[in-house]
Amino acid sequence: MARAALLGRLTWQRAEVVDIRVETARAKTLVFAVPGWSGHRAGQHVDVRLTAEDGYRAERSYSIASAPDGSRIELTVERLGDGEVSPYLTDELRPGDAIELRGPVGGYFVWEPTDGGPLLLVAGGSGVVPLMAMLRVRAAARSDVETRLLLSSRSWDDALYREELEGLSGTGLRVVHTLTRSQPPGWTGYARRVDAEMLAEVGFDPAERPRAYVCGPTPFVESVAAALVALGHDPQAVRTERFGPTGG
Amino acid sequence: MSIISRGFRGRRSDDVDPSRIPPGQYLTSDFPVLSAGPTPHVPLEEWTFSVVGEVDEPRSWTWDEFRELPSEEITVDIHCVTKWSKLDTRWEGVSVDTLLDGIETSAEYVLELAEGGYTTNLPLDDVTGGRAWIAFAFDGEPLAPEHGGPARMLVPHLYLWKSAKWVRGLELRATDEPGFWETNGYHDRGDPWREQRYWGD
Amino acid sequence: MDELMLDGNAVAGLLREVFAVEMTTAVAVCDGCGAADAMGATRVFRGAGIVMRCPHCDNVLATLVEAETRMWVGLQGIRTLYVADLDTGEQ
Repeated sequence: MARAALLGRLTWQRAEVVDIRVETARAKTLVFAVPGWSGHRAGQHVDVRLTAEDGYRAERSYSIASAPDGSRIELTVERLGDGEVSPYLTDELRPGDAIELRGPVGGYFVWEPTDGGPLLLVAGGSGVVPLMAMLRVRAAARSDVETRLLLSSRSWDDALYREELEGLSGTGLRVVHTLTRSQPPGWTGYARRVDAEMLAEVGFDPAERPRAYVCGPTPFVESVAAALVALGHDPQAVRTERFGPTGG
Repeated sequence: MSIISRGFRGRRSDDVDPSRIPPGQYLTSDFPVLSAGPTPHVPLEEWTFSVVGEVDEPRSWTWDEFRELPSEEITVDIHCVTKWSKLDTRWEGVSVDTLLDGIETSAEYVLELAEGGYTTNLPLDDVTGGRAWIAFAFDGEPLAPEHGGPARMLVPHLYLWKSAKWVRGLELRATDEPGFWETNGYHDRGDPWREQRYWGD
Repeated sequence: MDELMLDGNAVAGLLREVFAVEMTTAVAVCDGCGAADAMGATRVFRGAGIVMRCPHCDNVLATLVEAETRMWVGLQGIRTLYVADLDTGEQ
């Protein structure tokens, strides 16, 4: 079954927008119908291709946010101010529009419940998207793998999937937020960038041999991965996905 | 036959004379940063530029010596093989003619040598006669490291991969030796007006 | 460390178009330093084409140049590529 997902059709295919949900002021979740979609694993992504009328093309990669659901997949896209593709996806796309995508791809940055845990997920901004797919797959499988998510966001309003994460918490899942630029009144949580001290407090002891997944902007991933290794975690057990300078 | 995405245009500006845009290129107003590796940071005290190979005497300049050479301001269009073109870019640099002035050579080719081992090859003719510079300033400011600073090659009549960032020397050669990208799929000459992007084009 | 640097996950789709199996889990042995890492963990730079570098010694492991329907794959720095996910046809 897993192998079928790995060897799925890998050519550009048409994907039609069937629904759009607002997540935050900057981010939307796009729901696509992809005929013949053969499923995917949590952590995989798709390459999206847009072609303008004069033939100009742009390609970007987006992590799949949803757990497998027939021929539907969801992408959560954050609008980058000076982006070429993300503003089109968040501001222009309407149900009925079509894009091209290729995937699912990725086999390194994936997790499935049978991989076990404990599971440490560390996300910077939109880096939470592939990790959310992991949590959704975990929930769908009614897995009780001990899991901790540390999510770094600019502000509470920017934190993706807040309500859903709250709903998932407790079933062996602990969610910790850190808000790096502004905090709501009365905030008693972390209010700084992820550092070794925070990871030691929130994460698992290296002796528990957790599987760690770190995703977000490149500087964030570099810093967190280095800190985890410095804390004693096995580098081979820390998997990373870098989104480039500013994120997805 | 690809799907056209309704309303997608990308970040392009297009109120320009089309004859200035080579085939298959699109105009951009920003300056994409593309690199084959991590950005090197060479302290100016350690920077040198050398002309080596088929010359009677190799030459070398320190940064201070290099900056004492006559330089010129030029405005040129640049074209990247990844399909973006940028018009009227302003640079300041030392002409390669200045660096090769008085050199005796039977070489017909050059290999640009850059930090980190990057190389790119050209006929000597393509870097002489006022067609190439070692540029140290862009848009009136010292060239930023991400764009090739402190100094990069600038050969605007060819695709931009022929203008090595972080250039440190020129090797004059009797024979043509394919450089980094030319060995791995890109065209030996790279003329954007003949759309010479890849092997066999 | 470069902000623009990505990792091998970014070229998963490209590699999948050429190789018959998922390549981010393939392990590349660097011929520069001998380290073995999953392709997904390599450092990816976008220049005129794509450059994949060893995360330990920065040696160029591979280059990818894509031209519409053609692709050049240079495997300059990979001494051995180990693929553990071959499909044997069994269900």
